[in-house]
Amino acid sequence: MLRVDISKQLGEFALAASFTSEGRVTGLFGASGSGKTSLINTIAGLVRPDRGTIVIDGETVDDTAAGIHVPTWRRRIGYVFQDARLFPHLDIRQNLDYGRRMNGLAEDPAQHKRVVDLLDIGALLDRRPGKLSGGERQRVALGRALLSKPRLLLLDEPLGALDESRKLEILPYLVRLRDEAGVPMVYVSHDAAELRQLATQIVMLRSGQVTAFGGVKVLTGGT
Amino acid sequence: MFEISPTEWTAILLSLRVAVIATLVATPFGIALAWLLARRDFWGKSLLDAAVHLPLVLPPVVTGYLLLLTFGKRGLVGGWLADHLGIVFAFRWTGAALACGVMSFPLLVRPIRLSIEAVDRRLEQAAETLGAAPWRVFATVTLPLALPGVLAGMVLGFAKAIGEFGATITFVSNIPGETQTISSAIYSLIQTPDGDTAAARLVIISVVLAVGALIAAEVFARRATARLHGQ
Repeated sequence: MLRVDISKQLGEFALAASFTSEGRVTGLFGASGSGKTSLINTIAGLVRPDRGTIVIDGETVDDTAAGIHVPTWRRRIGYVFQDARLFPHLDIRQNLDYGRRMNGLAEDPAQHKRVVDLLDIGALLDRRPGKLSGGERQRVALGRALLSKPRLLLLDEPLGALDESRKLEILPYLVRLRDEAGVPMVYVSHDAAELRQLATQIVMLRSGQVTAFGGVKVLTGGT
Repeated sequence: MFEISPTEWTAILLSLRVAVIATLVATPFGIALAWLLARRDFWGKSLLDAAVHLPLVLPPVVTGYLLLLTFGKRGLVGGWLADHLGIVFAFRWTGAALACGVMSFPLLVRPIRLSIEAVDRRLEQAAETLGAAPWRVFATVTLPLALPGVLAGMVLGFAKAIGEFGATITFVSNIPGETQTISSAIYSLIQTPDGDTAAARLVIISVVLAVGALIAAEVFARRATARLHGQ
């Protein structure tokens, strides 16, 4: 479960969002500049809200009234950025293992194999990020986030930097992830078609405000 | 011409020891300071930045004299260190290392700072979302990616330290076997009749060391570029 009720002033831009989502994939939908990325960064703890609360999986990670702000690295979240952000000085195997090491988790070869198979990245393990295609990088980024065993996976336009054919290449993996990985996701996109395929609930944003919240059908209501 | 005398060997080895110790001791401070200047905003930052660069613009003799006033036996810090920890800088090789460390510090810090600034902060953010505490982000992402810059800074600092003269001779004088480095040995030799040949030998050795250091710095800089592109 994810409960968000925050407001944040970012220069001229005011972000105010309040919703509770039980869904497996919560889609944050809106045009660019609507505050989607600011909102997901607030959930990640990268942005500190001016006011409000955020509850992830029953744990209050932000509560301005109580002075609570759990730093990003203790939130046990996974975050897949639009630009993959693989560590260039580590090979793919080390990139995938990074979150497990940082969280002090025991090795879990079964989980490792499951994720590697799910994303089809077994052939890439000994390569460097610089030698990968955009689609491959994004799959590795997904695997890296999953292997840190997050309780919430945040995806900020993970297909945004890819061309159409690459998007179609990754989309089935995301569907499998939703159905098999068992980690709730928050999925940011400005592409209604993408969200129709993936999301179970939609939070619609316009200029920093939530304008609609509900099932995927709110996407057809027009923006 | 190429017979190096024992006195000259002593000066060469002392220079190497002084420069190595100065560089190794200064590097952790240099990394910390470079990180502070590259990544943090605080009150007095430009003042600190200026202070780091001070040895570069002050006459070396002034830096040496200030070191003598501060770290000499009757100096504020030097007196305390001698009384409480038994560490003496005045007229010792340790003092030469201190002088070289201070003089080379700006050259050491600058490449490190630049390379830390060049590390993509979005990668640090990604590390944080994967559960890395701030110091581990630094140890596993920032520092490895900035490592070529750190090495370049160390090489430049070393090259400066091995050639330092003004501050060293002012602070710890020119005592053969204790504080007489290559530079001060050359200075003594060119004031001595018939010292020309020996001076020339040491001059050649200085040139070789300096050029070697510059080449090493260049190699590290190239590696940095390759590394940051994930090759």
